[in-house]
Amino acid sequence: MEPIRILTANIDKPDSATIEGYMSTGGYSALEKSLKMTPEKIIEEVKASEIRGRGGAGFPMGVKWGFVPQNTGKDIYLLANADESEPGTFKDRVIIERDPHRLIEGMIISAYAIHSCPMAYIYIRGEFYFGATVLEKALDEARAKGFLGKNILGSGFDLDITVHRGAGAYICGEETGLIESLEGKRGQPRVKPPFPAVVGVFGGPTVVNNVETLACVPMIMDKGAAWFRGFGIPKNTGPKLYCVSGHVKKPGVYEFPMDINLKELIYDHCGGILDDRELKAVIPGGGSAPMLTRDEISVPLTFDAIMQAGSMLGSAGVIVMNDSTCIVEAAWRLLKFFAHESCGQCTPCREGTNWLESVFHRIENGAGRPEDAELILDMADNIGGKSLCALGDAACGPAVSSVKKFKDEFLYHIENKACLPGTQKYRTFHGGAH
Amino acid sequence: MAELHPDSPYVDRRRPDTEARVEFSPEVRARFEKILERYPNKQAALLPTLHLAQEVWEWLPPEVIVYVADQLDLEPAYVFGVITFYNMYNQQPRGKYFLQVCTNLSCMLRGAYDIYGDLCHTLKVEPGINSEDGKFTVVEVECLGSCGTAPVVQVNNDYHEDMNIEKMNALLERLD
Repeated sequence: MEPIRILTANIDKPDSATIEGYMSTGGYSALEKSLKMTPEKIIEEVKASEIRGRGGAGFPMGVKWGFVPQNTGKDIYLLANADESEPGTFKDRVIIERDPHRLIEGMIISAYAIHSCPMAYIYIRGEFYFGATVLEKALDEARAKGFLGKNILGSGFDLDITVHRGAGAYICGEETGLIESLEGKRGQPRVKPPFPAVVGVFGGPTVVNNVETLACVPMIMDKGAAWFRGFGIPKNTGPKLYCVSGHVKKPGVYEFPMDINLKELIYDHCGGILDDRELKAVIPGGGSAPMLTRDEISVPLTFDAIMQAGSMLGSAGVIVMNDSTCIVEAAWRLLKFFAHESCGQCTPCREGTNWLESVFHRIENGAGRPEDAELILDMADNIGGKSLCALGDAACGPAVSSVKKFKDEFLYHIENKACLPGTQKYRTFHGGAH
Repeated sequence: MAELHPDSPYVDRRRPDTEARVEFSPEVRARFEKILERYPNKQAALLPTLHLAQEVWEWLPPEVIVYVADQLDLEPAYVFGVITFYNMYNQQPRGKYFLQVCTNLSCMLRGAYDIYGDLCHTLKVEPGINSEDGKFTVVEVECLGSCGTAPVVQVNNDYHEDMNIEKMNALLERLD
């Protein structure tokens, strides 16, 4: 399969972040077209495109929009989730920094479709300081051209967009954590229901969409749902950005129709495995996704196929590990992340992620106990599905998959108090908290 | 979740310094007013206002927390609670150059811990503790969303990608 350049069509052009650059490739024509349609018609078109959310959950975008109740008398809000923090994910940053108008145009059309109040927000992670400055500049350009403000292009629709910087918390990528954070609170997820579509930010019905998902809206409106469905397979449609990192020769963001085979992506497009070593494991969808072994990677990168393979496409953050990787250390590093990022609200997650981290830490450091592999699986049973959001379940992804699929390596650590020969310790410095 | 560092001034100094003069300059106040316009209530302006305050005072001592709380009709204890939830609000003074090394999986597999260790060794600092001249602070951080160009080191607001020890040392030369 050949790579495509649709979402990434502009990113290598020197003026790609400017409104002139964007408009010279037909930018904002989809907005003009959409504002002449009824909001209902736009929702229909987006539903017909079968686009699924690119943030992690893969929920159909049009269906999400359809949940928003009209005529409640409350302001309806559109929020762009630009809190890209899933380990191994770096696709939204490319759109934000190099093609910000694609996101902005997508947001204006989306806001119009859901009858948004005159203010929408982009919640961008605080570390993306440069990205936030690019967006601010792009928003100013859009205001100057009349694409934002009062009575946009004579449609009677008013909208402005505010860039809201987060302050360093993974959990704010969870949509209700994001909403709490936008309201000026600790970003702790809410009890659901009510779902954000009914009661979201500032008490109003709220739609939270990922940056890449929103960036697809202009092309769906411009070229039509049928064209969009031409990429990928039914229910897994559209051009898709894949982030490949770790032990490949050519890491980076790749764009393909949503059914590129994982093995082909790694070997034919990313140059194969770093140092020409053997492949050991692949995480197909960001740090939360269960690992696949090298025998399991001949699978198309669609939401459904990866789920059938026992993992998840998530945010399409593909992390590749060659056979120099100690799987216990790799899993420990992800668990350290989840333990650090647990918001502390629900006991199973707060205690469980920290306990998981400490058990992986002791195994990796030669103090593992014979019962530890079973203990990890038992702990995971008592974390998964037992808290308000999916962070605890996410931590179980690397924990359970590494123990189940690399059990011999765990047992080797426990028996020999050492890593498997041929693997190396990538954690060469032990300063800091641990 | 951010933790209160044992060396945090908050441990000993939870009361605001009433002698300190804490006030937005007219120029900063104008920016603050602009922030308020973007939200339907004052509380929602808390995160951007804290970013603004940190830009001015470089960290958020108790007297600044009280000042920000006053501006937004919030309780200082509430604002303190929000600050401690997030990583990016400095609960203590940082060095002039705040070096944040991502060591999450993709960066780790590309040698991030070698850079992290070398940085601490070269600068003779403990992680999280400012260098004696106040110039540098080195910490390990979670995924910065730059895994395709790993390892990445964030220096104040800027990302430095595809790093290695040589490039890091060359970068240190440029930070004075």
